Amino acid sequence: MSLFRFFEWLGTTSWSIEFHESRYVFLLVLMIHVLTLSVFVGTALMIDLRLLGRTMTDVPVSQVMTRLMPWTEAGFLVMITTGTLLFYAAPVARYENIFFRFKMAALAMAIINMWLFRRNVYRRVAEWDRDPVPPRRVRMVGALSLLLLALIITAGRMMAYQDYWFG
Amino acid sequence: MSLLEFCRWLQYSAPLHTMRESPIFFPVVATIHLMGLALIGGAVLVVDLRLLGVAMQNQPVAALAQDAERWLFRGLVVMVTTGILLFMCFATKYYYLTFFWVKMAALLAVIAFTWSVRRRVALAKDGDVSPIRRKAVALVSMFLWTTVAVGGRYIGFP
Repeated sequence: MSLFRFFEWLGTTSWSIEFHESRYVFLLVLMIHVLTLSVFVGTALMIDLRLLGRTMTDVPVSQVMTRLMPWTEAGFLVMITTGTLLFYAAPVARYENIFFRFKMAALAMAIINMWLFRRNVYRRVAEWDRDPVPPRRVRMVGALSLLLLALIITAGRMMAYQDYWFG
Repeated sequence: MSLLEFCRWLQYSAPLHTMRESPIFFPVVATIHLMGLALIGGAVLVVDLRLLGVAMQNQPVAALAQDAERWLFRGLVVMVTTGILLFMCFATKYYYLTFFWVKMAALLAVIAFTWSVRRRVALAKDGDVSPIRRKAVALVSMFLWTTVAVGGRYIGFP
């Protein structure tokens, strides 16, 4: 079964239709998805700015990471859950949305970026933990993360305009 | 000129007409507005979570607050600038939405609160302010910002 056929079938399940047609539940989930941006991207952003040496420069990087990352992860969990529900409400429309695909690609890259960072450079955090401005490689990670987060937000916002622009 | 007349004049003025005609102006400005949300969210949470005692416990609040305040201010500049542009595009719609005025009231309240009470508590030396007072300040701040954000999302719905 192709991915398209699967999503087509998913869209015919009764919960998907009910969710799609419900006025308030859908808008409520959408609201939670948009507003949790301030927790997920907000805390990620502060971590990235610390990696760039632009804020909280007298706080060790490892402390910023260990204290804020749980909030980023909690926010991420809410984002993924509500995002999955929003996808489930209209699987084919989301799948065929060019900005949705773009958003998922940027999201995957953002996750890989963080994962590689934690596996490699961050392992030797002790060497640059207290540097007000961390080494170049670390700053690159922060800058890339900021760029990808901006792309995710942009693509997410643009998803609403595909039909208006290209329909 | 009444407020409604002003909104009408704003919305139907020539430059605003051009902006609304553009298919990308509103989406792009709305996107930048969302990025401002993230920036404010981060800058507010770092301090409020610390005041609540659930993050960065071994850092003095004052140092964090001073750093975060700069980013909060930058976020506010982005938000207010893009917000005014978004408002102008559909001024009369927002004029009639109760939630818009709730949002504006909450915004003014939180700005006043942040740069008076919260600032004093956050910049005080550790131990000078009771933990309960700190927590109360953090909760009020988060509640007001949430009201602003919810209002913002609500007025965007069709």
